[in-house]
Amino acid sequence: MTLDAAVLQLAVNGAAVGAIYALVALGLVMTYKATEVLNFAYGDVLMLSAFIGWYASASLGLPFWAAALVAVGAAAALSYVIDAGVMRRIAGQPHFSAVMLTIAVSFMLRGLAGMVFGPTSRRLETPWSGQTSRFSGVVVADISLAIIATASVVTAVLFVVLRTTRYGIGIQAASQNQLAAYLCGIRVKRLNSLVWAVSGAIAAASGVLLAPLALVDISLWGVVLKGFAALVLGGFGSMPGAVVGGVSIGLIEQFAGVYLPDGFKDVSAQLVLILVLLCFPRGLLGEAHGRRV
Amino acid sequence: MRFSYDTSYADAQRLLRHWPGRIAYAVLAAVLLAGPLVLPKFFIGEAAATFIACIMALGLMVLTGFTGQVSLGHAAFVAIGAYAEIGLLDAGLPFPLALSLAGAIAGAAGLLIGLPAIRVSGLYLAMVTLAFALVVEQAVGRWKSVTGGYDGAQVPDALLFGANIGGLVPFYYVCLAVLVLVLLALINLTRGYVGRAFVGIRDSEAAAHALGIWVSGYKVLAFGISAAITGLGGALLAHQVQYVTPDVFSLNLSMQLVLMVVVGGLGSLRGAVLGAVLIGLLPTAISRLKAALPSVAAAQFGLDTFIFGLVLAGFVLFEPSGLNGRWIKLRTFFEAFPLYRRRTFVRGKAYASSERHR
Repeated sequence: MTLDAAVLQLAVNGAAVGAIYALVALGLVMTYKATEVLNFAYGDVLMLSAFIGWYASASLGLPFWAAALVAVGAAAALSYVIDAGVMRRIAGQPHFSAVMLTIAVSFMLRGLAGMVFGPTSRRLETPWSGQTSRFSGVVVADISLAIIATASVVTAVLFVVLRTTRYGIGIQAASQNQLAAYLCGIRVKRLNSLVWAVSGAIAAASGVLLAPLALVDISLWGVVLKGFAALVLGGFGSMPGAVVGGVSIGLIEQFAGVYLPDGFKDVSAQLVLILVLLCFPRGLLGEAHGRRV
Repeated sequence: MRFSYDTSYADAQRLLRHWPGRIAYAVLAAVLLAGPLVLPKFFIGEAAATFIACIMALGLMVLTGFTGQVSLGHAAFVAIGAYAEIGLLDAGLPFPLALSLAGAIAGAAGLLIGLPAIRVSGLYLAMVTLAFALVVEQAVGRWKSVTGGYDGAQVPDALLFGANIGGLVPFYYVCLAVLVLVLLALINLTRGYVGRAFVGIRDSEAAAHALGIWVSGYKVLAFGISAAITGLGGALLAHQVQYVTPDVFSLNLSMQLVLMVVVGGLGSLRGAVLGAVLIGLLPTAISRLKAALPSVAAAQFGLDTFIFGLVLAGFVLFEPSGLNGRWIKLRTFFEAFPLYRRRTFVRGKAYASSERHR
């Protein structure tokens, strides 16, 4: 394989992993914009929904699509309940409390997953498992194509919904100024829970797509740490930024794994996070006005 | 109710100002000193581990509780302290010197990591420290020549006054002594101008700046002090586990430290100790509980994690001032006995200001 082809191959692999990071970051941005809470429980919703998808497909015998739908629905419902039942109680208190509460929820979800599904790893079969396509010398796993396609569709749908529908514009208004939105007759609390539900659905989508690449087990929640890096690189609170940041982190990771010494691949995302926050806190596509980090 | 009636500076400077407190602490000291003579071996080890947890939690409390800088990666300083201790003992230094130097090295690392705190605050600082801890965990695993990598490193025996402190009872007293020293140092620190500066920065950076407090300098200093104390705890932790592997210093440890500080009650040293005792003893309590449960529930794998989350959620939702707040309410109840009013502690409605556009 020539050097160019090798680089191209790495780029495609990186883009596929990066698409998952982009989805993760997108879900985090949704809740951050709506409620100003960085959702540390996001990774655990993702992990739990991968388990639900596995359960629906392996134990209930549902086809992959139905299992994925079940996982998305369950995660959306779970996230709605987390916001409406738990997070809403401390609305108005310092953000530190809210972050601690999401950490508490994440521990509970992780413990719950451990109690229900145990410590063993599972494999989730997809229609694309083990299949590859060739494009002019570059071998692409079909699952990577599916991931990139899903990420693009989700991003596009979110973009259209947020720009054109009543709900989307309500969400935008509430994220800019909750009190003003409330005075305009927008049901801010319900809308926030809805945003959490959408973010949970995105978590489930990324969980189900990540499951064939990694195994379904408890440690799957760790992908949220990469999501943070994507979020920061893209610019906190910017949805296009989350996508750009996610794909960039995926690419950086792939190239770091090949061109940098052993061990850098695992921490490259964290190093990027530290560097960006220290040197360029606005990120790639961050908001233009001044912000203190 | 009690009122302070100070007739001299010495009155105002005393740590324990009332006789009930003096008696209570004298009893506590007697119990802690006599403990190893009567307790079974298992509990002596548990107590020493709890003291170490207290030291580490006190370190984080200086930073998060007093200065308002959230760190989700304090396990990194624990690791630095632990490996520094191993390296220094291997180099032939005596135990007391190695212990203090390990603390100093961790403190120096803390000063270095504190520099970003000048630029970054709040949620962003939490993410930087989290990322830093993950990087340190990787580095510890990869840097084989110094840390022994994932195979782990044997902690050398430490001698104090010619006696090995490896035994349960001597180690108990060493940990207790370090904890008491740390606690006294921190009580005096928080009463002095440095501690006041920390609290000022926590409550309002702008106001602190306007009062002539060197905000960035004190932030870095808080990081240094916090890391040094946590590193001291890490050095003792190395002696406790005796064989150190990188997974001792995982994200889990960082989160447990944060849990101790929050559950104990931010902004009080007593809270750090109470929180560390509760969280430190929780796993043992859970495993005891499991013995009583039916075998189906007892064999559960994630029960510990779930209960940790439940405890944290409970405190954030129902008692945001933590164990220390609960303690103060209890004390007030007894001091004011028939006249206690619940409304005394009801807080005004809180409105969080947006952090978006400052």
